[in-house]
Amino acid sequence: MLRFLLRRGAMLVATLLVASFAVYGALDLAPGSPIAALTGGRTPSPEVLAELNARYHLDDPFLVRYWNWLTAAVTGDLGQSIPLRENVSTLIGQRIGVTASLVALTSLIIVVGGVGLGLLGALRKGAVDTGVVLVSTVSAAMPSFAAAVVLQFLFGVRLGWLPVLGTGTGFADSLKHLVLPSLALAATSVALVTRVTRTAVREELDKEHVQTAVSRGLPWSSVVRRHVLRNAAIPITTVVGLTVASLIALSAVVETAFGLNGLGAYLVQAALNKDFAVVQGISLVLVVAFVVTNLLVDLAYALLDPRVALGSRAS
Amino acid sequence: MSIPVPSGVQTGVAAEVLDPVAEVEATAVRGGLRRVRLGVLGWLSLVVVALAAVLAVVGPFVRPFDPDLSDLSFAYVGPYGSHLLGFDGQGRDLFSRLLVGARTTFLGAAFVAVVAVAVGSALAVTAAWFGGRVDRVVSAGLDVVFAFPGILLAVVAAAVFGAGLLSAGLALAVAYSPYVARVLRSAALRERAMAYVAALEVQGFGAWRLCLRHLLPNISGLVVAQGTILFGFAMVDLAAISFLGLGVQSPQADWGVMVSEGKTGLLQGYPMESLTAVLCIVVVVSAVSFLGDRLESAGKQAHR
Repeated sequence: MLRFLLRRGAMLVATLLVASFAVYGALDLAPGSPIAALTGGRTPSPEVLAELNARYHLDDPFLVRYWNWLTAAVTGDLGQSIPLRENVSTLIGQRIGVTASLVALTSLIIVVGGVGLGLLGALRKGAVDTGVVLVSTVSAAMPSFAAAVVLQFLFGVRLGWLPVLGTGTGFADSLKHLVLPSLALAATSVALVTRVTRTAVREELDKEHVQTAVSRGLPWSSVVRRHVLRNAAIPITTVVGLTVASLIALSAVVETAFGLNGLGAYLVQAALNKDFAVVQGISLVLVVAFVVTNLLVDLAYALLDPRVALGSRAS
Repeated sequence: MSIPVPSGVQTGVAAEVLDPVAEVEATAVRGGLRRVRLGVLGWLSLVVVALAAVLAVVGPFVRPFDPDLSDLSFAYVGPYGSHLLGFDGQGRDLFSRLLVGARTTFLGAAFVAVVAVAVGSALAVTAAWFGGRVDRVVSAGLDVVFAFPGILLAVVAAAVFGAGLLSAGLALAVAYSPYVARVLRSAALRERAMAYVAALEVQGFGAWRLCLRHLLPNISGLVVAQGTILFGFAMVDLAAISFLGLGVQSPQADWGVMVSEGKTGLLQGYPMESLTAVLCIVVVVSAVSFLGDRLESAGKQAHR
């Protein structure tokens, strides 16, 4: 297990190094100087240009700048947004809470809804199962932006139950503003988790060890908990982890659709405004979150199924 | 003395001489695609996809009205005379815009799928063919690209190259190629180990010819399945990127752009534009992903 952890840890660091280099390098290659955004298209005098270049260290060689950016990033300093004259870390700090709570609420919906519906479908055959399959088929076909628009229309415009735009103030109000966005973000993933859970539980129910447990007279609930769910947990955890990781980037779409003041929506704005420091900073944060989530999935996988850690290759 | 082999000879014949078992397996794999059972839903999906494909080509020629002609006095007017679906917020004919919008949505996704499959299968076959260090380097590179979700890569690409369908499409193709490569690599590794490959190698066949004419055709079922699945993903992601304003640019008609443009109207109680565009996307994507699932399970069975 320790070797497994070490190897995965080293892979994580290597991946992040290359990814950070790619993010920084790509935006560095972009045509147009960041100074142009600052001077608003006017040609600055050579002295001003030299002063600005010196202030933002634009004259240093690329590798030096990358190294400085990376070492500062490790300490939590992601540089400055040139057009906004504000620390990128501050800008991120103001918004990361919204995105984190959106992803957290969505994950909760995915786990509770997906596993619950999947179990229901697998254990109650007949009409209930058909209903579960129907619901999951419809919601699987709903991309997050499509679900966002449909939910906004149904619950916001038609029924007027929930707010459709904005972040809200205070805990209860903010939570209310997050309900529709997280439902929209969860739509496809709930369907996926439902399907995997239903199939995994069905397969497990047909296995001999379950029949043995039943014939030994164990109570049904404990058979389901200890013998069925325990084994079905492996594929379920994998799919939950993978879908939760995918939410991190998809949150940009939902945040934009619902006018939430989160990281993703801000990243899109920064990309449109060519605010490169912000794009670099948020991309790095999102990539770290994505890679770490994937690592946690692998760890959970290894904990649930010891064969994974013992085997030579996990992926 | 070398055995002369006509260039048209298929792998099965060459392998038969050496190993009848390999021959049987090779045919089973090759036949994979031909034995897909579609069923009613499958045929329905095929019809939907074919219709969308035709629309993508002829849409701009069969539209009843000019999709860009705006008359503000008709803004949000519902179905009216020959305007089957009425007008959007700028008084443009909605039905015409949907017909024209099929083009960027469909062809953009096709572009992404083709590029991703080409790059992914090239990487997969290279890794499987050479094995060892090459395989390790390719696999490590794929792991790094895996760290970038498609949408994030597309946003970065929009920041670097400017917003547009091309940069969004290329970014998605790069982000998807590891998924193709991973699936195809294991299939290619299995093929690589088969006797017919060794047989042809011994006969002096070059690596290029062997890979292109024998190895790749034998995993073509999986290649097509992966392409179809990615095509569905690409449609969704491209539409989402256009929805964000980073893909196809307004005022061009595109389903993703229409969902986003129609949102203003939707919030005021005129949902026609957004909802019809959503419906188009959902129907076509469901059809594509259904077909992809069918092809994939057929391909997997053939490779068992």
